[in-house]
Amino acid sequence: MFDKRLIQEVRPVRGYLLLTVGMGIGIALLVVTQAWLFSQVVGEVFLEGATLASVWKFLCLILGIIVLRAVLQWVSEVSAHQVASYIKSSLRERLIRHVVCLGPIYIRGERSGELITTVVDGIESLEEYFTKYLPQLLLAAVIPLLILGLVVPLDWQTGLILLLTGPLIPIFMILIGKLAQKKSLQQWQSLSWMSAHFLDVLQGITTLKVFGRSKDQIRVIERVSNSFRKATLSVLRIAFLSALILEFLATMSTALVAVSIGLRLVNGTFSYSLGLFLLLLAPEFYTPLRTLGSNFHAGLSGVNASRRIFEILDLPLMSNKGYDLNYPDDKNSHIPPTVKGLPLDFQISFKQVSLTYQSGEAAALKGINFSLHCGEKVALVGPSGAGKTSIAELLLRFIEPSDGEIFINEQTLKTISADNWREHISYVPQNPYLFAGSIAENIQLGRPSMTLEEVQSAAQEALAHDFIVGFPNGYETHLGEGGTRLSGGQAQRIAIARAFLHNTPLLILDEATSNLDPESEYEVQQALKRLMQGKTALIIAHRLSTIREADRILVMNQGRIMEQGDHDELMANQGLYYRLVTEYRGESL
Amino acid sequence: MKSLIWLMDLMLPYWKRILLALILSMLTITSQIGLMATSAYLLARAALQPPILDLMVTIVGVRFFGLSRAIFRYLERYVSHDVTFRVLSQIRVKFYQGLEPLAPARLLNFRSGDLLNRIVADVESQQNLFLKVIAPPFVAILVLLGYGLFLARYDMRFTAILAACFLTAGLVIPWAIKALTRGVGTQMVALKAQLDIQVADTLMGITELVAFGQVSKYLKRIQLTDKELRSQKRRIAGLSALSSALTGMIANLGLWLVLVLGILLVEKGRLSGVNLGMLALGTFSSFEVLFPLALVPHHMEVNVAGAERLLELIKVKSFVKEGVAIIPQSSGVDFSFQKVSFRYSQDESWALQQLSFRIPQQGKVALVGPSGAGKTSVVNLLLRFWEYDEGTIDLGGNSIREFTHEEVRRIIGVVTQRTHLFNATIRENLLLAKPEATEEELIRASQQAKLHEFIISLPLGYENFIGEGGFELSGGQRQRLAIARVLLKNAPILILDEAMAGLDPLTEREVMDEIYQLMEGRTTLVITHHLPGLEKMDEILVLDRGRIVERGKHDKLLSLGGLYHGMWKSTVIR
Repeated sequence: MFDKRLIQEVRPVRGYLLLTVGMGIGIALLVVTQAWLFSQVVGEVFLEGATLASVWKFLCLILGIIVLRAVLQWVSEVSAHQVASYIKSSLRERLIRHVVCLGPIYIRGERSGELITTVVDGIESLEEYFTKYLPQLLLAAVIPLLILGLVVPLDWQTGLILLLTGPLIPIFMILIGKLAQKKSLQQWQSLSWMSAHFLDVLQGITTLKVFGRSKDQIRVIERVSNSFRKATLSVLRIAFLSALILEFLATMSTALVAVSIGLRLVNGTFSYSLGLFLLLLAPEFYTPLRTLGSNFHAGLSGVNASRRIFEILDLPLMSNKGYDLNYPDDKNSHIPPTVKGLPLDFQISFKQVSLTYQSGEAAALKGINFSLHCGEKVALVGPSGAGKTSIAELLLRFIEPSDGEIFINEQTLKTISADNWREHISYVPQNPYLFAGSIAENIQLGRPSMTLEEVQSAAQEALAHDFIVGFPNGYETHLGEGGTRLSGGQAQRIAIARAFLHNTPLLILDEATSNLDPESEYEVQQALKRLMQGKTALIIAHRLSTIREADRILVMNQGRIMEQGDHDELMANQGLYYRLVTEYRGESL
Repeated sequence: MKSLIWLMDLMLPYWKRILLALILSMLTITSQIGLMATSAYLLARAALQPPILDLMVTIVGVRFFGLSRAIFRYLERYVSHDVTFRVLSQIRVKFYQGLEPLAPARLLNFRSGDLLNRIVADVESQQNLFLKVIAPPFVAILVLLGYGLFLARYDMRFTAILAACFLTAGLVIPWAIKALTRGVGTQMVALKAQLDIQVADTLMGITELVAFGQVSKYLKRIQLTDKELRSQKRRIAGLSALSSALTGMIANLGLWLVLVLGILLVEKGRLSGVNLGMLALGTFSSFEVLFPLALVPHHMEVNVAGAERLLELIKVKSFVKEGVAIIPQSSGVDFSFQKVSFRYSQDESWALQQLSFRIPQQGKVALVGPSGAGKTSVVNLLLRFWEYDEGTIDLGGNSIREFTHEEVRRIIGVVTQRTHLFNATIRENLLLAKPEATEEELIRASQQAKLHEFIISLPLGYENFIGEGGFELSGGQRQRLAIARVLLKNAPILILDEAMAGLDPLTEREVMDEIYQLMEGRTTLVITHHLPGLEKMDEILVLDRGRIVERGKHDKLLSLGGLYHGMWKSTVIR
């Protein structure tokens, strides 16, 4: 619970943390003073017959302390928030930078929803660790000692009661906390299991209806909920014990203090106002420990969230950086030589390129050799998992080859800065992502500095202009969450417009696998044809019509290039390509 | 407000337990008051040095209160959590009951898992309802009444002080802070949503961002939003710190006022000095009940918003009419659409227009066309998920409207691309189709679907869990399980709705045989947007924008050179 890495995060803002704790100690001192004044006033009025006028000075002092306490309390909470706020922002920034640096391949391998939750809500749940748990942990160590130091010289018997019961609280807390932690973890797991069941039923409600089972589910939900309730309560019955013991120790020893002082008062060996003072201090001795106990869960969820955060932060980045970000330690690092412009006549060649995504996994590419000449259009064809996407990823520098080299003319690709290299490539992915923002902004992604006229002409080239101006807001139509939804074919054409605007010599296309509506289908094909004119293109192809237009077809299977040639040659070959084509289309081709 | 009433209504059956929880909670606070008050009283009495026996009752009182608080607290937590879980279960059941008749029509816009997740989270968030919204004010009122009455025995003005402090700390401060944060609150919600979107955009659009070199720009945006969010949060934090500081101050002021009034009364001889410490300390202890009140408005807002979203979903009336039971012939049925027109809502264009076709008993008809042509609408109408606007649908010679929904669905078996598999065992997933099926029937159906061998190869066989959405099965196995389910159901009409979509060509080929076997002897409607294997159909209907544009056998359609031919040409190799 005293998580080392979380504590390290405090370093830059430890001043605020100290302020919070200092205020806490200040409040404790004021509480003690207030208790002393209070017991003096009550003692004098009760036993000495003092009047309101004679104790008025004391009362004013108490009033002053009350106000001062409120001020300190406010400062302490605000500065605790400063700590949390700074750390959250700094961690969030580092986390998202790191995730982004890990690159598209890592992100696609993770459940994107979970990553987003970690970056947004996971970081957020650290707030309570730093505002409630950590300062309280320090206060719980200091304040009881402070009060004990005050009480023992005044009355060793009361001191002894506190001394004997006080340490029991943290001991029990650790003992039961460990048990409860495990149990509460189980309970939270089963709680999410309960939600998962409910979600499962909601998702499957159509299927349930088709089978005439949907009404039965009312009883099932009730039954599952009830058995969940019983199971949880039996766990909580134990978990609540920790609270029971905490309360019990605190209240019972207060009672003990009262009784032991009371008995000595009867004998006349003790002063009333001192007794009252000690009675007031007893609960204050336990309060920080009790508060810590009740903030334990807040701390726990923070620690749990931090585990996932640090797990991601600890993932090593690719040795050969995917792209240059203004990472602080970047400035000193070696900046690779750049190619300012791609030579007009270039040739890309893969020489014995192999790729393994993770050590221990099967290789995605094995000894790939091929060249892409200037102005050539090459189609990659093969069953899923053949390695077509891996080739595109290598060319886009999302990942570096595990073995072999990629050459641009005579220069190896890795000596070129990745950012610089990508300047020469336009990429049209299979399922283009549309960002929250206007259509114009989405097209401008390729070249943010372009004017609206240029955006419009790119859209016209991509055959997207007509449907865009068909929307009431035209190019200002908002896309993304809560905005207008585009059909698959429309999204494709936006991506093509991006590529037109980007206007680079080299194109990488990942063709959509599913059928679009016939009209879109036709327009997308036409737009792509126009886009490829006069360019060098690598196409991950799924449509026969596209494949047929390629200059060359590479047929891949299981990480290797099996066959090359144009459509007619490959059909005559009767190999894998022939099988892929005939299998799909029935026997009639 | 309506949603609050709905929630209250759901809690009503548990009023006894709720009352018990409230009383226990009040007794917990009362024990604390009792402990501090009797302790102070004990000290004051003892200072007068009476015979020790006179103090015995007080000493017992101190010990009793020292013990009782912990016990009452324990019981209170137990009972209130029990109530919470019961109420949650009730909410789930009532929500499902409301939703069931409306599904799937009502859920159509909620396809994305996110929104279903949202529903689940909205239900789950109601676990704060009793603990953090309902209980604190009621307990505060109970304590105010109880301790107020006790104080009134000494002087009504003590009660007045108590009531004033309770009102200020319990109502005035929380609502004032609430009002002050309102503007900031909505801004913060908007900023938080913006941050969500930007993070999602950056992570999900990473491929494009990297490819187009825009990563730094997006990171900077996130940083800016985060910064803005931070400054808003700072304001909120300042206000919430103010609220807790003020609440604490009110409690101390209450103590102070009681003390001052007490001193005045002692001075005038209207109050015995013995009671002075007791009254002040008791008052101070009673303020413990006020601290949870500061968060009530916040939690209430969350709960009401969640409940409103739930109610929104289930408040509509089902628009599909229910007929009376007709027992259809069990040995295969024909059905027909006659000039059926349908749209999903008044302001949308027609999903189906004047659609007419007939499938004779054991006939096999395919419905093809691009996405959005209306293929799935046909299934929705046949399964009575939606009501058609014009024309008639006949089933075995009777209008489909005359059947009960259950009857219609009993005679139709469906295999869709999205057949939902439940996160349960294979057996449970199969039994869904026929709960009373025997072991032999299960095995026979699995064998026919070529799944039995695989199942018995699993460590737990039929008792093996298949994971979320059948996650642990391959695509082909999932489809086979769906086929086995339909075999078990043994319905005379069969609908195959994109049953093959998402399978790679080789797997597709393997599953095809089982599909053909399934079609044997059944009236079958095949819906697909890709075309192999349609040569065996009696008739193929080509649908485009809700109308049949071409119809006939495979060869004839190919020779037409129309839409069907076009689709055939652009066939996809996966």
